[in-house]
Amino acid sequence: MSLIATLARLEAVSTGRAQPAATVRHRRLSERPLVFVPLTTAGEAGAPLGALVGTDRDAPHLLVVPQPRDRDLRFAFLSELADIVLPYIDTYADDVEAAERNETDPETGKRVKVEVELCADAPQLIVPSRAGIDFVRLLGRSMRFRRTAEQDPEAPYPAPPRVPLLGRWLTHFGERARVPGSSLLLAMTDVLSRHWATGQSTLEDQHLGALLAWIAPPEGETGAEAALRAELARDREGQLLCPPAGPATDPAFDNKLLAPAIERYDRARTALAAAEDGLEADDRLGDLTAAEREIRALVESRTRPTWDAVWRGLELLRELPEAGRVEERWTRDRWSFTGHRDRVVAGEPPQPRRDDAVTAANKLAAREREQARLEAQEALDDPLVMAGRRLAGEAFAGEVTEVVMAYSEGKRPSPRPLVTVRTDDRPHLGERAKVFRSLGGKPQAAEFVGYEGELEDGGALVVLRALDKMGRGKEPEEGSVPEKGDLICFTTFEHEQRGGAKLPDPEQTPWTHGGPPGEQESETADPLTAEDVL
Amino acid sequence: MTSAFDPGAAATRATDAILRDTLHGTARGVVVDSPPGAGKSTLVVRAALELADAGRPLMVVAQTNAQVDDLVLRLAEKNPELPVGRLHSSDADPYDKALDDLPNVRKSAKAGDLTGLSVVISTAAKWAHVKVDEPWRHAIVDEAYQMRSDSLLAVAGLFERALFVGDPGQLDPFAIVGSEQWAGLSYDPSASAVTTLLAHNPELPQHRLPVSWRLPASAAPLVSDAFYPYTPFRSGTGHDDRRLAFAVPSDGSGPDRVIDEAAEAGWGLLELPARHTPRTDPEAVRAVATVVRRLLDRGGAATSERSPDPAPLTADRIAVGTAHRDQAAAVRAALAELGVTDVTVDTANRLQGREYDVTVVLHPLSGRPDATAFHLETGRLCVLASRHRHACIVVCRAGVSELLDDYPSTEPVQLGTLVKFPDGWEANHAVLARLAEHRVAWRPS
Repeated sequence: MSLIATLARLEAVSTGRAQPAATVRHRRLSERPLVFVPLTTAGEAGAPLGALVGTDRDAPHLLVVPQPRDRDLRFAFLSELADIVLPYIDTYADDVEAAERNETDPETGKRVKVEVELCADAPQLIVPSRAGIDFVRLLGRSMRFRRTAEQDPEAPYPAPPRVPLLGRWLTHFGERARVPGSSLLLAMTDVLSRHWATGQSTLEDQHLGALLAWIAPPEGETGAEAALRAELARDREGQLLCPPAGPATDPAFDNKLLAPAIERYDRARTALAAAEDGLEADDRLGDLTAAEREIRALVESRTRPTWDAVWRGLELLRELPEAGRVEERWTRDRWSFTGHRDRVVAGEPPQPRRDDAVTAANKLAAREREQARLEAQEALDDPLVMAGRRLAGEAFAGEVTEVVMAYSEGKRPSPRPLVTVRTDDRPHLGERAKVFRSLGGKPQAAEFVGYEGELEDGGALVVLRALDKMGRGKEPEEGSVPEKGDLICFTTFEHEQRGGAKLPDPEQTPWTHGGPPGEQESETADPLTAEDVL
Repeated sequence: MTSAFDPGAAATRATDAILRDTLHGTARGVVVDSPPGAGKSTLVVRAALELADAGRPLMVVAQTNAQVDDLVLRLAEKNPELPVGRLHSSDADPYDKALDDLPNVRKSAKAGDLTGLSVVISTAAKWAHVKVDEPWRHAIVDEAYQMRSDSLLAVAGLFERALFVGDPGQLDPFAIVGSEQWAGLSYDPSASAVTTLLAHNPELPQHRLPVSWRLPASAAPLVSDAFYPYTPFRSGTGHDDRRLAFAVPSDGSGPDRVIDEAAEAGWGLLELPARHTPRTDPEAVRAVATVVRRLLDRGGAATSERSPDPAPLTADRIAVGTAHRDQAAAVRAALAELGVTDVTVDTANRLQGREYDVTVVLHPLSGRPDATAFHLETGRLCVLASRHRHACIVVCRAGVSELLDDYPSTEPVQLGTLVKFPDGWEANHAVLARLAEHRVAWRPS
C-alpha cells in the first residue's frame, strides 16, 4: 500500500468517514449499465440460485432456480438470463461508426490501413463484488461449450438456443475484466475502493455494505459503527440485516430459510408427480407454485439490498466528473466489444478452454502495457493521484525559477534549454534520469542534470535539460519551453507505452514452447458425471 | 581433511562436457545451471569464442544492456580480432561508450547492418523486434532463469539451437499484473524461460558448474545448503586463501564489533532491538550507513588468491543491498550525510550478477509485521547473501525467526506448477540460524 493510501486510511479512521482517493472518476460508467446481482448455491460450484438483473433501478428482473441441482431448471434460468442480457448487448452491436485499423496485408505483408466498423458505444455489466466477476466467468465457462439441439441433435441434454452464445459473451466480459483500466465488466467494490479510502482493511472493503457504510454513513453514525453493523447485525431470526453481496449466501440463511424452503418445494414436486387424477394434480400444483413463490421471495429478499447498494454506489460515483483519459480507455473497450461481436458473427468457435502459448503471451504483454498506461493516466488526470506519486518520489512539482537557453552539439544545433525547478518534493532522480511532463497532452522529455544547492526550508532546486517537442528549428517553438514562474509537474515514469514486439503466429510457435499447437479441434462440453443429474 | 577435491579440475571437467554438448551434441538445447560466482560469464565467453571459431554464426541474448556491454567487452578482451556486432536500441546513449574504442565491434540499431559478423549480441527485448529469413545456427541465452517465458517465445524463432545459461537460485522473473490464469500451463508466459523450455524438452542435457570462485569457503556451504539443497557446489578457495584485516582497531561499538566478527568468520549479524518499523526504518538505515562508514575508515585490506599483496578495501569494493528501492534511496541519503560516495547501494534485483569484497545487507524481513511472498522469496535472500568475496554483514531487527514461525503462508496452491525447493521460509531459517552464530546485539544511542 502506498504511503498516501495509508495516510488516507488513517484519516478515515480518525474522522469516521472514508476519504477521497481520487478527485475524478477513473472508470467509465455507461448511461445504461446492466446490473447483475447473482447468488450461487452453497457447495455446488456453478449452480446459480437466482439473480436480480436489469438496467432499470426500480424494476429489476428476478430470476430464481427453485431447485438449483435440477439441470432443466438451471437451463431455464440461463435461458431467461440470455433473454435479458443478449438483447441488451445487441442494442450496442448495431450502432456503428467508421474507423481505421492497421492490418497486415496478406499478400504484400505490409501494414495497411483498413476501413472497419467500430461500435459507437459498448454494453457494460456491473456486479457487486470481485467474486461476482469470477461468477460471471464461471457461468461463461459452463455455457459456452454446450450444444443446442440445433447444433447437435444427439446431445443428451441440449442447451436452450441462446445459452451457448450467452456463455461466449460472459466469457468475453470476464476476460476483458482482467485488463487493467477496462470498464466492460466492473465490480462495484473495486470501483468504489479505487475512489475512496476507508478506515478498514482492503479485505473488508470487499464487503459492499461495509464499504458504502464508510463512504456515506447514516446521519449521526461513524463509518466504523455503520460498517460493523453492515457486517454483523442480525434480526431476531438470526438473519443478517445486510446480506452478503454474493454470489455466496450467508450460511444462516441457507440453513434456516433456504434449505427448508427447497425441501418443501421438492416434496410438493414429488407429490405432484405422484398425483393420480387431475383434481389432485391441480391441488398439488397449487402447493408447488406456493413453494416456488416462497423461494422466489427468499431470493429477492437477499438480492434486493445488494441491488439497491450497487445503484447507490453508481449514484455516488456519478457525482465525480469523469477523468480526461477515460474516454480513450473506453474506446479500447469498444474495440474489444466490436472484435468479439465480429467473431461471433463470423461463426468462429467459442473461446478455447486454455490459451495457447502465443495467445497467453500476447495477453500478458497487453495487460502489462495497460497496467502501466493506467497508472500513468490516472496520475496525469488527477492531482490527488499525482500527489501520491510525488510522495513516493516518482514525480515532483514546483515553480520554474530559471530558464537558460542552451543547444545540442553537432552540425545542426537543436535547443536544449536548462530549466531550474524549485520543488518541495523529494524525487528519486538517478544520474541523467529521464523525466517527463505533459505538454498539450503529449509527453515532453527532460534529463536530470543535477541539484543546485540546498534550500533552507528543505526544498530543492532541480536542474533539467529539456530534450524534445520543441520543433525542428534552432529556436524552440512558442510555448514549448517552460518559462520562469510556470508551475509544472514532472514524472519519472513514462506517460505513454510503447507497443511490444510482435510475437510469432500460433502456427509458428517455436520448439522451446512445444511447437505449433496443431489443428484446433472443437471443444466439447464437460462430460456428464453422476453428480450432474439429480 | 576431506578427500582431495581439486576445484580447478572439477570446473574444467564440467566446462568441457558443456562445450562438447554445445559444439558436437545433437540436442537442440543445452542448459547450464550456475551457482553464484561459478564462472558463468567466463563460460559464455568461451563458448562464444569456440562457436565462432567453428564458423557457426552466433547470436547472444542477454537480459539487460549492462550485461550485453559487459559481454562485448569480455569477448573483445579475449579475442580483439573477433568481429562482434552490438545490436542496440534507438534510444539516446544505447550502449557503453567504452565500446567505441573497440575496432572490431560494430554497433547498429538495425540487425541488417550486422549480418555476416561472427557474433551478434543484444538484449532479449531488442532481439524480439528482429526478423530474419534464415535463423542463426546457434544462440547463447544468458541469465536464462531471469528471462521470462514470453520473452523467449519472442526470440526462439531466430535460432536453431541454443545454450541456456543462468542461475536458478536468483530472483524469478515477475509480471506486474496477475497471471494465475496460466499457472500450471507448461508455457505459462510469466514463468522463467528455462521452466518452459524444460517442460517441453525434458530430454535436453543439463549441466551445472560445481565450483563458486566468488564465494569464500565460509559462505559457499551455507549458500549451497540453504538455496541449492539438491545441487550442491563448493567454494574454489580454502579457508586460508582469503583474509580481511583492518589497520584501525575496533572502538568497541556495535558496528566495529560486527565488522571484526565478519572479517573473522565471513558473516556478521548486527541485531537491533525488535520493533515494527516503516520500510525505511531510520535506525536500521543509519546502522547500515555507519557500518559502511567504519568499513572505510578502518583501513580494510583484502588478501585473496588473486594477488599476494593485500588490496585496500575501497568504496567501489563495497555494496549495500536492500529489498526495496525506497530503502536503497534512504541508505544512499544516509551515506551522503556521512560523506560516503561511490558505494553501490541497490535492490536485490539490480545487484544480480554483481560481485564485491564486502556487502552490507538490510534484511528483507527486518522490522516487518508480516512476511509476504515478496519478502520471503528465496531468490531475493540468495542474491543478497551471495554477492561477496570476503564478508557479508546483515543488519536486522530482532524477532525475524519468530515472525517466520508466526506468519502463515497465504499463497494459493496452483495445480500443475513446479514447487520450488527450498521454499523461502526454510531458506530464511537456514540463513538466520547461521547468522545467529555471528550476532552482535546493538542498541543505537
